[in-house]
Amino acid sequence: MKRAKIKSIPYEEFKDNETYEKLVEELNAGGANVIVKKLDDLIDWGRSNSLWPLTFATSCCGIEFMAVCAARYDIARFGFEVTRNSPRQADVILVCGTITTKMAPVLRCLYDQMADPKYVVAIGGCSISGGPFNKSYHVLNGVDKIIPVDVYVPGCPPRPESFLYGMMQLQRIVKVENFFGTTNRKEKDPYKVEAEIKEEHIYNQEEQA
Amino acid sequence: MSEDLNKTAQSQQAASATPAAKPAAPAAAKPAAARPATPAAPAKPAVNEMKPKQVEAAKLHDELKRLHDQEGMDFLLSLTGVDREDDGLAVVYQLENTTTLKQAILECVVTDRENPLVPSAADLWNIACTYEREVYDFYGIKFTGHPDMRRLFMREDWVGYPFRKDDETEKNNPLRMTNEPLSDTTTEYVLTEDGKVEAVEHAIFQEDDYVINIGPQHPSTHGVLHFRVALEGERIRKIDPVLGYIHRGVEKISEKMTYPQTLALTDRLDYLGAMQNRHALCMCIEQAMGVEVSDRVQVIRTIMDELQRIDSHILFFSCLCQDLGATTAFLYGFRDREKILDIFEETCGGRLILNYNTIGGVMADIHPNFVKRVKEFIPYMRKNIQEYHDIFTGNVIFQNRSKGVGVLSKEQVISFGCTGGTGRASGWHNDLRKLRPYAAYDRVQFNEVTRTEGDSFARYMIRLDEILESLHIIEQLIDNIPEGNFREKMKPIIKLPVGQFYSEVEGSRGRFGVYIESKGDKSPYRLHYRSTGLPLVAVMDTACKDNMIADLITIGGTVDYVVPDIDR
Amino acid sequence: MFNFTTITNWLHSFLTTTCGFAEWGAILTESVLVALVIITLYAVFAIALIYMERKVCAFFQCRLGPMRVGKWGLLQVFSDVFKMLTKEIISMRQTDQFLHNLAPFLVVMASMITFACLPWNQGAHIIDFNVGVFFFLAISSIGVVGILLAGWSSNNKFSLIGAMRSGAQIISYELSIGLTMLAMICLTGTMSFSEICNDQYVNGWNIVRGHVPAVIAFIIYLVAGNAECNRGPFDLPECESELTAGYHTEYSGMHFGYYYLAEYLNLFICAGMASTIFLGGWAPLQIAGLDGFNAVMAFIPGAVWFVGKAFFVVFLLMWLRWTFPRLRIDQILSLEWKYLIPFTMVNLVLMALCVAMGWTF
Repeated sequence: MKRAKIKSIPYEEFKDNETYEKLVEELNAGGANVIVKKLDDLIDWGRSNSLWPLTFATSCCGIEFMAVCAARYDIARFGFEVTRNSPRQADVILVCGTITTKMAPVLRCLYDQMADPKYVVAIGGCSISGGPFNKSYHVLNGVDKIIPVDVYVPGCPPRPESFLYGMMQLQRIVKVENFFGTTNRKEKDPYKVEAEIKEEHIYNQEEQA
Repeated sequence: MSEDLNKTAQSQQAASATPAAKPAAPAAAKPAAARPATPAAPAKPAVNEMKPKQVEAAKLHDELKRLHDQEGMDFLLSLTGVDREDDGLAVVYQLENTTTLKQAILECVVTDRENPLVPSAADLWNIACTYEREVYDFYGIKFTGHPDMRRLFMREDWVGYPFRKDDETEKNNPLRMTNEPLSDTTTEYVLTEDGKVEAVEHAIFQEDDYVINIGPQHPSTHGVLHFRVALEGERIRKIDPVLGYIHRGVEKISEKMTYPQTLALTDRLDYLGAMQNRHALCMCIEQAMGVEVSDRVQVIRTIMDELQRIDSHILFFSCLCQDLGATTAFLYGFRDREKILDIFEETCGGRLILNYNTIGGVMADIHPNFVKRVKEFIPYMRKNIQEYHDIFTGNVIFQNRSKGVGVLSKEQVISFGCTGGTGRASGWHNDLRKLRPYAAYDRVQFNEVTRTEGDSFARYMIRLDEILESLHIIEQLIDNIPEGNFREKMKPIIKLPVGQFYSEVEGSRGRFGVYIESKGDKSPYRLHYRSTGLPLVAVMDTACKDNMIADLITIGGTVDYVVPDIDR
Repeated sequence: MFNFTTITNWLHSFLTTTCGFAEWGAILTESVLVALVIITLYAVFAIALIYMERKVCAFFQCRLGPMRVGKWGLLQVFSDVFKMLTKEIISMRQTDQFLHNLAPFLVVMASMITFACLPWNQGAHIIDFNVGVFFFLAISSIGVVGILLAGWSSNNKFSLIGAMRSGAQIISYELSIGLTMLAMICLTGTMSFSEICNDQYVNGWNIVRGHVPAVIAFIIYLVAGNAECNRGPFDLPECESELTAGYHTEYSGMHFGYYYLAEYLNLFICAGMASTIFLGGWAPLQIAGLDGFNAVMAFIPGAVWFVGKAFFVVFLLMWLRWTFPRLRIDQILSLEWKYLIPFTMVNLVLMALCVAMGWTF
């Protein structure tokens, strides 16, 4: 089984390795060509070390994100300091803060505008489940309702160390993906989806008839 | 000892309701303190209870105009909507005369729930324009004669009025994933001669305006703020702020929570004023209950407030530098901010959301290292302020970009209710710590930093000077934190007497007020926060008009708003 | 001093005599080889500059910078390159697809051709003829076309504003660059880069020979060059806090990568030109009278001198970039039109006077 290595942190020290192993198994279910696999590893190495975050922050967690970028915690050590303001150029969207129902379509739009491969990290209680505001009429209870989330970083707000840990977990996920497999495009081609829906519709109609 | 005192205060407060109370314990049992002996708490129930004057809707505008013109009530402190269910919908106006500090509180109740109409005060105070939109958004009260009666926080296709007690908010408003419709016109409700209401349409932008959207996802709006900016080349013609992207309905959720539970949400309003916000709410509840906290708590709260203020102002400096392109200065600010966070972390356990104040005191006593750390921090910070001046303030590019940019006159800031550094930069003495000292501010020496230029540079300098003043305040208090309880024993269930209560503190960026309306239950009937940021956003259009688009960033950075505090 | 022509001559004779190529065949092969070398160098320098920028910036900001990919983060930029190469290139509806795809290539092409103008060593000039300076100025302004096209074809208001700003800014500052270069041409009397360098090898560095007017010209050149590269404090076209990412807001994947590369290479080209025209190019440091010292200095190959000087200027520019806040568009333009251009013109006259009167070293 392929195990992602993170520099100076042993595999066992990561939590929730079971989920991770399951994910690896799922990704490698088909098996792969040796040469292709080597090339994959190279690309994954590149991708995992160059996750440029989108500057996206709605509330408190955003300030902690700034602290992560600042001198003491210095996210630049991992090479993630190139924060991009345009979603087209970003690789990972760190959902820092509460997402309200008014913000939800905007977030979805930002996610859609990002170029593949793209990743989502839900940071803080609010973006995981609505946090302290989950009973509110205007708060989305978890961003995973609208966009697929790769890593959850709990906390309110999470400490900078948890940010870095979450980012390393994301690196581990990226490191086992297959470029030449299916994961390069997370979502299906919208045109294909449209066609499938149409087909299904026709099939249903036929069945009813 | 202070337990006794606490009981005394409570019994005194109860005395007004039930005459069969215990005799008051001797006031001499007060803990040793540096504070000069204050007179024993008077028998009246609460110092912060409001007694609003009832005014009919028909006469409201005349009365407001009289107060504004004749009594010089030039500052609309707060405007709160309340749903009294069967008694109708109420609007509470809090006015203040900025020279004599006299306050007036008015209340107007309308019983028509279908089509409630209240005359607008938008012609008297500029900020009323925004406040009334908020009330309209939450309660559906239409303000006649208001030029721009749109929703403030909710989407335009939102159904119902969420703060009404009978509103079926969740049922009517499923998650809409469609793009938000933003209309280009706005409605004014005009009361005609014969008492009918007519809706008049106004266009927000002119036909040939080049409108760009700055936000909601934009690096320099400090969160999810959305400005629709009409441009003429690079010049700004008009700004239309669209708010509510982080509106979490804090005030509404609080109505279903007990008082101690509501505390948790205050830190998340203005997360750079977490201590002060929570201080305000705790103070409001304590004063309403008649609880007097120990001197130790007052001093600790004051020190914490000031540390928080320094923290906030450093972040202000950092973000302004970042916005103006000086990334290095941004990191210098954060480097120093970490020192404060270390101090907070030791005592409170949190870095940003501190949850430290609680009803009757603070959550935990200060850490043994606290005094030492703070004492180390004070000279360190003094030294680094000089560094800030060297790297950024003196820079000719920054001076050119900030001097004379976004000038606000004193009249404008008062009319817009821009308190805090923004107001003080225009020469308005609005520092609550001086005007109505609370906590331990009456026993420290400090200057209220004010300037008269009213431009971005003045707003910037105010904040850096305030850091020094805050350091000075802390210096005076840190060595003589009196002994005493860090928390009073409170009853397991906290209930407030019936009434309306209002307390405020000087937050990091202005006067932060808490309005509580209580029916005597364990949760507030209505909880309203006077946001410090809402006036600051409302003033953006005035401040930015005819400036460059780059100045929008400077002005937005220097008025220093925090979006979750605006949207609540 | 090592002369690169020995290698080129050997290669040519090797191709024609040993391999038996016809004259045209040999030249064709050499051209292909040179093109490959240029492209490789272009990539290598881009990677080195990006790494340097991140480390220098970290150094100014009391941080560490990239540390975890390779030793001291040396491989960081390589991983970025792999990422960028495999990233999706988004094509959008309602845009001018052809222009949208063309724009990044124009920018990269312009910077690559100007890159080829640099004199690397004695005898190692790729594009070198009698109006070299003129050619350099002409080609470097193709880049602005790419930027304008990018802004226009993106169908995005931010991009458009960014592109317009960039157009106004770059075209204005080209005047200053041209005039400062003209002042130095006055001194050297030639427009060919190789001869400018040779001249300085023989007579001493221009900045020393031209003393006061040359130093003024050097400072103005640095300011204007910085503005040409769209770098802070003149990074208005893409200034993040106002226009999200300026003209390249809508570009993703390697299209964006081209802009990113071109930005850094333009920086290097600007610094390389400064070192060619003012600091002697590949000419080593020579101090009259110290023969031993001069001999040691001359022993260091010219390419090392050239690259060393260029990186020194790059460091200066990065220092500026990470220290100053950004200017506003009207301030940028008034700085150019009201201050720099009059200064350079006076400076040009001053230089002409110095040369005519023989007041040079």
